[in-house]
Amino acid sequence: MAYYEEEHLGHFADMGQHRPDLFQKFMAWYQACQEDGALSRREKALIGLAVAHVIQCPYCIDAYSQSCLESGSNMEQMTEAIHMASAIRGGAALIHGLQAHQSVNKVSM
Amino acid sequence: MTQELPVVQSSRREVSAPIAFEHKLAQHNLTLRAAGVETLQVNVGKLCNQVCKHCHVDAGPKRTEVMTGETAEQVLTALRRFRIPVLDITGGAPELNPSFRHLVAEARAVGARVMVRHNLTVMFEPGQEDLPEFFREHGVEVVSSLPYFLEQQTDAQRGHGVFEKSIAALRRLNAVGYGVGDGLILNLVYNPVGAFLPPAQSLIETDFKRELLARHGVTFDHLYTITNMPIRRFLDYLRRSGNEERYMQKLVAAFNPGTVAGLMCRTLVSVDWTGRLYDCDFNQMLDLGIDSSLPQTIADFDPALFAVRPIITGAHCFGCTAGAGSSCGGAVA
Repeated sequence: MAYYEEEHLGHFADMGQHRPDLFQKFMAWYQACQEDGALSRREKALIGLAVAHVIQCPYCIDAYSQSCLESGSNMEQMTEAIHMASAIRGGAALIHGLQAHQSVNKVSM
Repeated sequence: MTQELPVVQSSRREVSAPIAFEHKLAQHNLTLRAAGVETLQVNVGKLCNQVCKHCHVDAGPKRTEVMTGETAEQVLTALRRFRIPVLDITGGAPELNPSFRHLVAEARAVGARVMVRHNLTVMFEPGQEDLPEFFREHGVEVVSSLPYFLEQQTDAQRGHGVFEKSIAALRRLNAVGYGVGDGLILNLVYNPVGAFLPPAQSLIETDFKRELLARHGVTFDHLYTITNMPIRRFLDYLRRSGNEERYMQKLVAAFNPGTVAGLMCRTLVSVDWTGRLYDCDFNQMLDLGIDSSLPQTIADFDPALFAVRPIITGAHCFGCTAGAGSSCGGAVA
């Protein structure tokens, strides 16, 4: 068995095999989230791409890369979204440095 | 029990699909028949000054298939006799056909609306420098491919240096009155630079208008989004890049029954450089001739016989029914 097979993305609906009621509820919610609303589909696709990188899900990165292209974003915009996500992730790591400082300070003279 | 549906087998020319197009139509209780003949779309040849990576015609500078003056006259005879409202001239670069200007002038003289699929860069070829003035003189509607408002994407699809020349050509067209709101129509065509579907037409049109004006001072009327057809050069790309199966799955999954009523093949007859007739330019490139019970050439054309004909389909037809649909006039749904 191989992990993270590309074909899995096209078989996502197979997750509805055992508890279709739960899967249907998830899909209804998921699809509603994609629609144009106060945010456009394009903005939502860029958010999806950014989040996909933070959670490091290869399926999501693949899917939202396509969604971004198909909602008219270009590589500059997509790369900026990825940098934004990475910057927040980097900042989040960095601010934890204060915990380290605090921990060290507590036991230091 | 779910009925097993036949899979369309792949061949060198024809793409494969998870389900036959006619079965997909049947699932939605649809059939595909013509609804009159409003447009004669004439492909005057495969000669072109560009070699675009997605070209469904396989056009290029070395192609020798060019419509003769005699066949062009047969097209004009059909236009005059049957008063077809629209002549849509395509290629290749149609301007390189020696009969092109005669065809345009005579079609306009009989009152046809004339659209030319103009690739922009051809106006910098020897002898073509006055094309903007020629278009203006005859009130031609210009339809030009520009796959993106940035150089990198455009050149990736259409060749090195094409974007810069295209912008120069658009400025020339603007300068003679095209695309500036004076009634001379300049429409652009977006198609994806790769194996994905086009975005919403109105959305990307807004982007193009904003960016082309801000970056280059260029204006135009409308942007048409067209899906890349999985045939010929684009199919070769899909196969080389390992995208054929995934692209076809995408097209089939995005099948939109709401597009079928507006498909261009329902109101158009396509003519090839030899005068043979087809349901569309894509069928033409696949040698899928018009229904065999009908006259096969422009010399024998009669719109009354073609008005409700059954349309010949194949797996490539999923390209026109995906998402918002695709036609020579852009999205259809």
